[in-house]
Amino acid sequence: MSDTENPGVESSQADDGNEPIPFWQNVLDNPFLLLFLGVTIPTVLYVIWGVMEIVTIPLAK
Amino acid sequence: MANAAVFRTCPATGLKIHRPAEALIKANAVTAVVFLAVGGFFGLLVALTRWPAVHLLPADWFYLALTAHGLDVLLVWIIFFEIAILYFASAILLNSRLAAPKLAWVGFALMLAGAVITNVAVLQGGSSVMFTSYVPMKAAPHFYLGVILFAVGALIGCGIFFGTLVIARQERTYKGSIPLVTFGALTAAIIAVFTIASGAIILIPTLLWSIGLVSYIDPLMYKTVWWAMGHSSQQINVSAHVAVWYAIAAIVVGAKPLSEKVSRMAFLMYILFLQLASAHHLLVEPGISSEWKIFNTSYAMYLAVLGSMIHGMTVPGSIEAAQRKKGYTNGLFGWLAKAPWSNPAFAGMFMSLVLFGFLGGISGVVLGTEQINLIMHNTLYVPGHFHATVVAGTTLAFMAVTYLLVPLIFQRELVLKKVAQWQPYVFAVGVSGISLFMMGAGTLGVARRHWDIGFADSLLSFDYPATAFLMMGLNGLAAILAALGGLMYIVVVVGSILFGKRIGEQPAERPAPVPTEAAAVGAYGSAETLSIPGTVVLVGVFFTAFVLYYFVNWKYLSEVWPLQ
Amino acid sequence: MAISPPSQRIWWKEPIPKTELVWIIIAFLWGLVMFFMMIYWHIAGEQNLSNEAYRTTPEAFTEKTQAMVAQYTVRDEVGFPVVAPPPGSDVYLIARLWQFWPILEFKKDQTYRLHISSLDWQHGFSLQPVNINLQIHPGYEMVVTLTPDKAGEYSVVCNEFCGIGHHTMIGKIYVTE
Repeated sequence: MSDTENPGVESSQADDGNEPIPFWQNVLDNPFLLLFLGVTIPTVLYVIWGVMEIVTIPLAK
Repeated sequence: MANAAVFRTCPATGLKIHRPAEALIKANAVTAVVFLAVGGFFGLLVALTRWPAVHLLPADWFYLALTAHGLDVLLVWIIFFEIAILYFASAILLNSRLAAPKLAWVGFALMLAGAVITNVAVLQGGSSVMFTSYVPMKAAPHFYLGVILFAVGALIGCGIFFGTLVIARQERTYKGSIPLVTFGALTAAIIAVFTIASGAIILIPTLLWSIGLVSYIDPLMYKTVWWAMGHSSQQINVSAHVAVWYAIAAIVVGAKPLSEKVSRMAFLMYILFLQLASAHHLLVEPGISSEWKIFNTSYAMYLAVLGSMIHGMTVPGSIEAAQRKKGYTNGLFGWLAKAPWSNPAFAGMFMSLVLFGFLGGISGVVLGTEQINLIMHNTLYVPGHFHATVVAGTTLAFMAVTYLLVPLIFQRELVLKKVAQWQPYVFAVGVSGISLFMMGAGTLGVARRHWDIGFADSLLSFDYPATAFLMMGLNGLAAILAALGGLMYIVVVVGSILFGKRIGEQPAERPAPVPTEAAAVGAYGSAETLSIPGTVVLVGVFFTAFVLYYFVNWKYLSEVWPLQ
Repeated sequence: MAISPPSQRIWWKEPIPKTELVWIIIAFLWGLVMFFMMIYWHIAGEQNLSNEAYRTTPEAFTEKTQAMVAQYTVRDEVGFPVVAPPPGSDVYLIARLWQFWPILEFKKDQTYRLHISSLDWQHGFSLQPVNINLQIHPGYEMVVTLTPDKAGEYSVVCNEFCGIGHHTMIGKIYVTE
């Protein structure tokens, strides 16, 4: 969104409403990207890695 | 945009309230409170049975009550309330309409049906398998079916939340980024999606196994995936109650986050890493490598703990900054002494923060240390820990926010104001006792989920130390106090909803004024003039306690039999 | 206010208060200390799990346990054989509804390779009053190399819920001088 009011203008530095939004702010403003990350990371690191550990347990002699 | 009649404006806060969203919030919150009453009652029975001198229930009823207690409070009460929070943090805080209210009612109906079906299964007696229902122990098929229906309903609720975020952005009902509280709710919703997906992956095959369509479920595999649901569902709570802390601090004392960036990054640490801690339950399991255990149990090098420690400073810090701006600048703690302690919303929130940090947070990290888990796994230390997080942390925070929701959403004044004022204190003292005494008993080795630590019916005998029996008795007393606190909450909330004085309405479509408290604090945070010495001291005390307790437990570990 | 959108359009560039920054650094470093502490303990500590484990079946595990019991039983106690296997050997302990079988007798300061598995449901191995707690799964055989360092009579309490007789499930381990 480009509209801005800047109620806190007294201490905002050079925010003229045209300055591009910083990368990390865009990341944090994107719920579906966060959803993707929040589901993928534990799925890979916890579930998939964990299941691989279990299926590779050797047979008892 | 939808027409004006479906909105009203809250006279107290100026928030624009979408009536269908409001109805859903009411339904979910009321159902939550009903299940809190049911689950809390079972909890009291459990504590009274584990009090050796009372030993209330026979063994079969004890295990039944314990299963019902876990399900009703750990799952049903909390998730219903969280759905209410998700709708509040999206539709209400964003001044938006709620996406697809009809579908949201379908979700609500599924959750309610699921909760009832599972409760029936448990009360029929054939499904005393505990909340965890580890295979190959088998429950009745409708036990699993109920949990699955409940989870599907909750997933719909999360979908509604995401849909509402999209609508609010498209319809430009707010400017810039979503509020921090909504961001916290988003964190909870994201973790909920992972939680429910994991639950589906494991519970659907288990349901098929219970009716004979699948022949075998590997117990280790079940446990690994089950905890991706079981533990992550508690991480939904953490995210939700931290969001509630920020909300109450903002509404009651007009606190503003010290820095938006830092608080949001702390939530991002939750989104990325908090779910990994499901590994806490698998640290003494056969066959899983230490690499997996260390990486996952530490939330990827404790980055999610970093998130919690940040919130632990920014929440009291923002309160201190707001109080100091109002002129409460006496000494280190003048701001805290002058805080609105007679407001149950504030008192509950602040105690939730302190107890969650000191009792729940520290014990959780210690318990979740790979090797230290050896001296704690499946002892009463575990329920001691999670009663500090889920009850003293989440439940107390949710109780606190209820005192704000009743006037805002139900448009009723609180009845029995004195009872309401005392309620958070009674409950907090009771719950602190429960967690401390259970942790104490666990340190002495007492097993969790155990009907008789005297082993009267065993062929072989064993006696826990006498102190352990004392701890269990004190735990029973603390549970009575906590149950009293819970009862006070339910009486006040139900009484207010039914008999509270109605708060007048104003026509909708009035421009929303900035809440007055907030205006007093000013638009900017607290960054520029900020000095929060009181919070620095509090955080210093916390950190010292954390470090000492952490190393004390390594010392305990070093004293047990060497093993490799 | 945390319940309203940030007042600045670009809040990412807002400065971080110094106290907050210092705390973030301390908390981050403390996290690293705790992380490396676990790795350090694997190298220098004496209480670690090797994670040596095998897939097994109730039949195979029972057979191995019975072979050990047949060879090393020294006496009988309330119907349980008391088994004193030689130091350094492989020792088997069965967990089943609702007992640990057999009773074991170890020598102090000697090392044993203890194999544990369940024949039915999950059980807990809670060695008291030492307070060492392990999880026992059916179908998996966990191997723990342990060195009892104090003589005495120890109990193994089941601390994983395993049905209506759960609270009667106790085993014994003796450690002799």
